[in-house]
Amino acid sequence: MIANLSRRGLLGGIAAGGLVLGIGLPAARGQQQQRFGADGMPNGWRDDPRLFVAIAEDGIVTITCHRQEMGQGVRTSIPMVIAEELEADWSKVRVTQAPGDEARFGNQDTDGSRSLRHFFTPMRHAGAAARTMLEAAAAKQWGVPAEEVRAANHAVLHEKSGRSLGFGALARAAAEMPVPDRTTLRLKDPASFRLIGKDTVGLLDNHDITTGRAGYGIDARVEGMLHAVVARPPVFGGKVTSFDAAEALAVPGVVKVVAIDAPAIPSEFQPLGGIAVIARNTWAAMQGRDKLKITWDDGPHAVYSSDTYRAQLQEAARKPGKVVRSAGDVDRALAGAAKRVEAEYYIPHLAQTPLEPPAALVRIRDGQCEAWACTQAPQATRTRLAQRLKLPEDKVTVHVTLLGGGFGRKSKPDFVLEAGLCSQAMDGAPVKLTWTREDDLHHGFYHTVSVERLEAGLDADGKPVAWLHRSVAPTIGSIFAPDPKHELPLELGMGMVNLPFPIPNIRMENPEAVAHARIGWFRSVSNIPHAFAIQSFVAELAHAAGRDPKDYLLELIGPPRLYDPTDLGDVWNHGEDPKRYPIDTGRLRRVVEAAAEGIGWGRAMPQGSGLGLAGHYSFVSYVAAAVEVKMGSRGEISFPRVDIAIDCGPQVNPERIRSQMEGAVVMGTGLALSAEVSFKDGRVQQNNFDAYELTRIDSAPREIRVHLLPSRDYSQPLGGVGEPGVPPVAPAIANAVFAATGKRIRQLPIRDQLTT
Amino acid sequence: MLSLRVNGTAHEVEVPADMPLLWVLRDVIGLTGTKFGCGIAQCGACTVHLDGKPVRACILPVGSVGARQVTTVEVVGQSAAGRKIQEAWIALDVPQCGYCQSGQVMSAAALLARTPQPSDADIASAMSGNICRCGTYMRIRAAIKQASEA
Ligand code: FES
Ligand code: FES
Repeated sequence: MIANLSRRGLLGGIAAGGLVLGIGLPAARGQQQQRFGADGMPNGWRDDPRLFVAIAEDGIVTITCHRQEMGQGVRTSIPMVIAEELEADWSKVRVTQAPGDEARFGNQDTDGSRSLRHFFTPMRHAGAAARTMLEAAAAKQWGVPAEEVRAANHAVLHEKSGRSLGFGALARAAAEMPVPDRTTLRLKDPASFRLIGKDTVGLLDNHDITTGRAGYGIDARVEGMLHAVVARPPVFGGKVTSFDAAEALAVPGVVKVVAIDAPAIPSEFQPLGGIAVIARNTWAAMQGRDKLKITWDDGPHAVYSSDTYRAQLQEAARKPGKVVRSAGDVDRALAGAAKRVEAEYYIPHLAQTPLEPPAALVRIRDGQCEAWACTQAPQATRTRLAQRLKLPEDKVTVHVTLLGGGFGRKSKPDFVLEAGLCSQAMDGAPVKLTWTREDDLHHGFYHTVSVERLEAGLDADGKPVAWLHRSVAPTIGSIFAPDPKHELPLELGMGMVNLPFPIPNIRMENPEAVAHARIGWFRSVSNIPHAFAIQSFVAELAHAAGRDPKDYLLELIGPPRLYDPTDLGDVWNHGEDPKRYPIDTGRLRRVVEAAAEGIGWGRAMPQGSGLGLAGHYSFVSYVAAAVEVKMGSRGEISFPRVDIAIDCGPQVNPERIRSQMEGAVVMGTGLALSAEVSFKDGRVQQNNFDAYELTRIDSAPREIRVHLLPSRDYSQPLGGVGEPGVPPVAPAIANAVFAATGKRIRQLPIRDQLTT
Repeated sequence: MLSLRVNGTAHEVEVPADMPLLWVLRDVIGLTGTKFGCGIAQCGACTVHLDGKPVRACILPVGSVGARQVTTVEVVGQSAAGRKIQEAWIALDVPQCGYCQSGQVMSAAALLARTPQPSDADIASAMSGNICRCGTYMRIRAAIKQASEA
């Protein structure tokens, strides 16, 4: 037999047309029984080993990763889970990336901090099933009962006889074995894990990344490829009235100028329309675009200016709105309170700005469309590409590259559709379409803008007896439905209505807000404004009560207990079963305590320095951040240290959990200090990183210590990791600033609010 | 026709002299390790070495390169400083998405070549032009320190 024949040829090869397990379409909420977790996602999950594991005769194990890599480490962590159960030698594991095909692989939308939460168990099953097939093949060959053999370290052993066969030698026979039923699988005892929960494995793509060989969407290249950029309406909802491309076409290298239709509103993930310039290289395309003469009809959103909009949000927050949670009698309790405290917090629009801007390559040949794209949602991309290009879906393949960051921006396939339209306009020639940074900032799907108003009544001991929270923010729902005015359950459920404080009188309201820009997911989503407001306000209450903020926060959280989130008015709970994922105030307490202890809460601080603390539950994980700030002589802030503690349940890849927490601290620092997208006359005012300022090495926290709360019980459900680190960072910074300066930050970013 | 020496190889390219080196490398020569992040010398993703000095290829007109040697991330590991930086990057698992890391490695390798034992202040000033949206700064600093001890 020929070794190393075709790695796909053996165990994995029979997968084509293989079993399709799991579930079909997502349950329509309310009509059918509600499904949770991976069951509730479009196309559910699969655990068929033939989809995910291929073993070649040279022993190389190729694992297919169907979730997208954007820095969270999923191309390392998912294969680790399979390799663990498979008893594979990690040095013989290779990873290949699945194309967008949810009918085969199950849900592939890589967002919501869900990959391991939803696929830990299916991937364990896939690995264990493949291992069982190898063991069965060996037992058959030796003529011994399967119970007498076991796989270890890339081989199957028969202890009684001392015989052993490597995975490569067994690959062909194993592929002939029946796929065992998942209920019969023997999963490993976590005590014997070599990879899961250990720091034994480095980042899979590390070498390629560090040597410049890693392939991102923007790096995709095929023979004869052209390059495109698009001039889009400067105001959301605008259209081209007329254009003159003569000068653009005169730029050397420019090949063609193509109009892209403006979408119907709501525009979901469709391109904004405009004029595409296609050229022999990106530079020529950009030069050509500069030479286009376009007259725009700005449409109704040219009125959008952040200053006046903020005043509108504030006005709405000062009046009653739609009640989204109510217990007791807040008005009476407020009226009878010994002390009343109120505060309003403003959090501006943000842009995800992954460092790799959106970019995709599309080619259409012989009726077959191929896309190479840095997408978080390859199946959604495939479906929409097929629709927009009027091709059957089975004629469209979406290859997924590495993502140079995603943060929610690359969940939206608009940029891939633009590339597809350009290719179609060139009779199918390959066209790579690149967004410049200006495009990314001007035409994004922005994090919402929010006014959060809080009022509390304290009793004579300083304990809150009444809590009124109004959240006013344009909703993500506005890209899907015409003119919705209220936040969706999934937005309200991000740390607002599911507040787990045992306060007798609580009312939460969501007054109306109109969207004038595309609103979209940004890492952590509505948890950002909600956590900023609530965790700042708790520290304000502690101050009003003359109490230590940490003690006050812990008292407000109260003793360890479990809440069914639906009892708190949260019907969403990040898509998870409220029974399996109750809100556990004991876990919230423990992360707050761990972060506080880590930073040395209570230690004497020099003049101009201070400590701040915040804790938040999101993506069914618990995170607290403790920040030390040091004020410079002109009011500039530096961060000697941040301690961040996470309880995300059982940990698969602790090294990547730490790196995600480190990154979350830096991103939280950036949005606290300097990041803001603002509009004037419907236009975004920030063009590039000179105005949309991100944290740099000299403004980032000097030291970040990550505390992983131990959980070795792998039968417990997993929590999210990619997103929950961000929300507590900004309020912890604001609280530390207050401790250091006595000045309360109620508006982000801080920028020059403290400079003298 | 412009002549260019990139990674030790001579290239003849037919491009306008004002085309930034970045797009010549990426689109014309096909070296995609050098990244585009901003186009205005704000993020450092496009950092290459010109006769060993770090420059931002996104604003450098190719016509101004002249006879100077262009070195990109694909071969920077052939220098002692570049190799040490890459080894430390891998040992400390610095990257997250990795997109900024070509530029980070190039800035760090240039720093190490001219300052073998960089202080925190040296690191801050050499690296503050490189944005990492994923926030890997703490590990970048640690990796440069580790490389400086190798
Ligand atoms: S792309 Fe050159 S510095 Fe950003
Ligand atoms: S690792 Fe993603 S931008 Fe630096």
